[in-house]
Amino acid sequence: MITIAHYLVLAAILFSLAVAGIFINRKNVILLLMCIELMLLSVNFNFVAFSRMLGDTLGQIFVFFILTVAAAEAAIGLAILVVLFRSKRSINVDALDSLKG
Amino acid sequence: MATTVLFYAFAAILVIAALGVITSRNPVYAALFLVFAFLQSAVLWLLIEAEFLAIALVLVYVGAVMVLFLFVVMMLDINLEELRSGFTRYLPLGIGVALVVVIEIAYVIWFRADGRAFVTPERNPADYSNTKELGAVLYTEHVYAFEIAAMLLLLAIVAAITLTMRKREGLKVQDVPAQVAVRAQDRLRVVKVEPVKEQAG
Amino acid sequence: MESIYLIIVLAPLLASAIAGLAGGKIGRAGAHSVTIAGVAISFALSLYVLWRLAFGGAEPYNGNVYEWATVGNLTIAVGFLIDSLTALMMVVVTGVSLAVHVYTIGYMHDDPGYTRFFSYISLFTFSMLMLVMSNNFMQLFFGWEAVGLVSYLLIGFWFKRPSAVFANLKAFLVNRVGDFGFLLGIGGVLYFAGSLDYAEVFARAEGLQGETINILGAAEWSALTVICICLFIGAMGKSAQVPLHVWLPDSMEGPTPISALIHAATMVTAGIFMVARMSPLYEFSEPALAFVIVIGATTAFFTGLLGLVQQDIKRVIAYSTLSQLGYMTVALGASAYAAGIFHLMTHAFFKALLFLAAGSVIIAMHHEQDIRKMGGLRKYMPITYWTSVIGTLALIGFPGFSGFFSKDALIEAVHASSLPGSGYAYWCVLLGVFVTSLYSFRLLFVVFHGNERMDHHTKEHLHETPAVVTGPLIALAIPSVIIGWLTIGPVLFGGFFDGAIFVRPEHDVLATVGEEFHGAGAFILHALTHSVTVYLAAAGALVAWFLYLKRPELPGVLLERLAVLHKVLVNKYYFDWVNENVIARATRGVGRVLWRVGDQLLIDGLIVNGSARAVGVVSSFARGLQSGYLYHYAFAMVIALAVLIGWFALKG
Repeated sequence: MITIAHYLVLAAILFSLAVAGIFINRKNVILLLMCIELMLLSVNFNFVAFSRMLGDTLGQIFVFFILTVAAAEAAIGLAILVVLFRSKRSINVDALDSLKG
Repeated sequence: MATTVLFYAFAAILVIAALGVITSRNPVYAALFLVFAFLQSAVLWLLIEAEFLAIALVLVYVGAVMVLFLFVVMMLDINLEELRSGFTRYLPLGIGVALVVVIEIAYVIWFRADGRAFVTPERNPADYSNTKELGAVLYTEHVYAFEIAAMLLLLAIVAAITLTMRKREGLKVQDVPAQVAVRAQDRLRVVKVEPVKEQAG
Repeated sequence: MESIYLIIVLAPLLASAIAGLAGGKIGRAGAHSVTIAGVAISFALSLYVLWRLAFGGAEPYNGNVYEWATVGNLTIAVGFLIDSLTALMMVVVTGVSLAVHVYTIGYMHDDPGYTRFFSYISLFTFSMLMLVMSNNFMQLFFGWEAVGLVSYLLIGFWFKRPSAVFANLKAFLVNRVGDFGFLLGIGGVLYFAGSLDYAEVFARAEGLQGETINILGAAEWSALTVICICLFIGAMGKSAQVPLHVWLPDSMEGPTPISALIHAATMVTAGIFMVARMSPLYEFSEPALAFVIVIGATTAFFTGLLGLVQQDIKRVIAYSTLSQLGYMTVALGASAYAAGIFHLMTHAFFKALLFLAAGSVIIAMHHEQDIRKMGGLRKYMPITYWTSVIGTLALIGFPGFSGFFSKDALIEAVHASSLPGSGYAYWCVLLGVFVTSLYSFRLLFVVFHGNERMDHHTKEHLHETPAVVTGPLIALAIPSVIIGWLTIGPVLFGGFFDGAIFVRPEHDVLATVGEEFHGAGAFILHALTHSVTVYLAAAGALVAWFLYLKRPELPGVLLERLAVLHKVLVNKYYFDWVNENVIARATRGVGRVLWRVGDQLLIDGLIVNGSARAVGVVSSFARGLQSGYLYHYAFAMVIALAVLIGWFALKG
């Protein structure tokens, strides 16, 4: 039988994969943004699962808003990426170290 | 029974898709893998009877966000050679931390939640409309957040355009405020000219 | 009367200030006139004070002139205690100082530092007077330190000479060791008696007998003994007792007038004076008295031996001074304080005389001091010669001269004492008589008799020194002859020091000696028939005559036979060697270790620079965390998340 726990564990797996993806990825800013989307997806999984478990639609409402925000954030992130590409001519993550102390 | 099989199948494909996202060299492949992952998760949500969100996921995420991603990926002239090197240096650490997080969460769910997670949700009645339920709550209790979310989207649009807009040289663009702010004395100068003297002959 | 005391003290100070600060303006004549006037006034007034006390029946004076500080219950004041002891010291100090002042006009005639010298010796007179006239320990200490300072200034008067600088530093440092003990003693007095005023402390002295002090763990020592020994350590430094005697011979680097003034008559006697003044304390501590007597005896005999091998005219007299200081200390230890002070007085006169005579010789020999280059000078310098003879006879204790009375009384007193260590002391002082006579006559014969060993050029210029030099010699020779005869009765056996010096009946050796005293003449007869001192002195003179006049080649032979002994004597029992190579080296070594390791390595390197470097290390590590890559930061957050979840999950 499929319980809520299965969904939660699946979400955990997705999340950790996304985190690993952020860290492993060295060369690609776009990949960074995609991993963020994956993380948001895993969080959405959690919300939906808990909403089902508790019988409260509030979880799904929240997923709704997360979706909205994720879309907005993706748009702006890509816009920044485009501008970055224009100035640096590459999307190499290693090149973005001007915060280096 | 059927749900079990379906769940495991789609979950497995989902995980594989996620792996594909993070291990692809080609960003286009990665984006497509992500689309794939979203589709799998939509089905999974259908299984748990969150129908509206499942469809919304496909429509919004896949249809808009991922398309946007693909736009950008294909628009940028990315040097693929660069992307191939230096992958495995941080692999162990990354995998290690990921494993730790998964194990911890699993541990919490399994042993620390007093078995509360091991419930199978009840099936909804046949006339249950997920969309209706959502709408009933969204436009009454959370209308404020809804409106703000709308503003947020507007903000995103404006921001994205502002960020990427660049002025091209040589364009003849009308600057309306400047046109309106013109003064008569800047444009017209009345000059008194002496009449030309009569010339002989 | 207070104003008289103040004038006595302040006149030399004022003169010193004028000569020192305005010396250039008032010139040499002005400088010496004003300082001699100052000291002459002090001398005259001191004589008046002494006359009033001795004959006029005046009461001793004890009063504070100026209250300097009050700390809780303790009052520190400037005050005077004028009793018979003080008055005697005042006369001695100012008298010898006056003679030396006059003498200096001749001696330092060609010296560019003329006015500075007069300023210093006047300053010294002031300091010494403050010391002897004080009525509390703080003022005593002030005077003590001040005379030490002026001695330092004067020994190194010719400061361009490295030997002089070495000598004055040595004197000051050795004195400092003594002063350290002295200060501990004063601290002990303050702690146990609760006051620094003499009168209060002496009143409580008897009651302090039972008090103990805990030193070094479990050992309980009698407080009075510890205090007295600490005070005596100060006296050991100032009065040059073994082992703190090493500075006195080196102090001969200073000009001869100060050798006479400071290192014969006055500064070195400060320690003797101090012990006599503290007699109420010492009388209640027999261990301290035993300590004093043993140290004194050792000094008396062994430094006398060193006088036998010296070749510098001043060094011989310096070792003679050391030996005689030992005699005075022995008297103090035997509770014959009056005898010690009496010997101090007579010694001041004849030793100053001898030093000034040596100075006269040095002037005549154009500052040549090696006695091997002298000889037969009596033909050229009769006044100097005869005054030297008088001084020498006084020194060895020729019957009738002042030294005889003081020395014999002293030796008799030691003989009568039953203190532990008095037996050893008696043999030391007795044999010391022989040694004293030997080296004194050695000096006399080698310098004034025998073959003339100086070079031709010096011989041509050899003549008696001017009156400013010989005048003081004569002035000092007179008391060297008569003062013993005149004053032994009243001073030693007549209660002159009653009230000033306190002796417990069971220690009163002078009373024992006094039972047999029937006048000065009878004393001489008694000595000739009942004691060996005169014969020892005569024996010493005879041996000296034999070795240096009759058979002058003999000393050379003896030197070869007793080469080892001679080496030990020439090296001054290796005291200087130990001080310089062991103690000074070790101290410098410790200082170097503390500098290199303690200061540079530990404090600078480890704590100061080390803490800075530690900050640097930590910050360079922290800097590594700031890679500039956002995903590094995000990953750090994830790691933190994992840790937090783990912690909460496991804590449960």
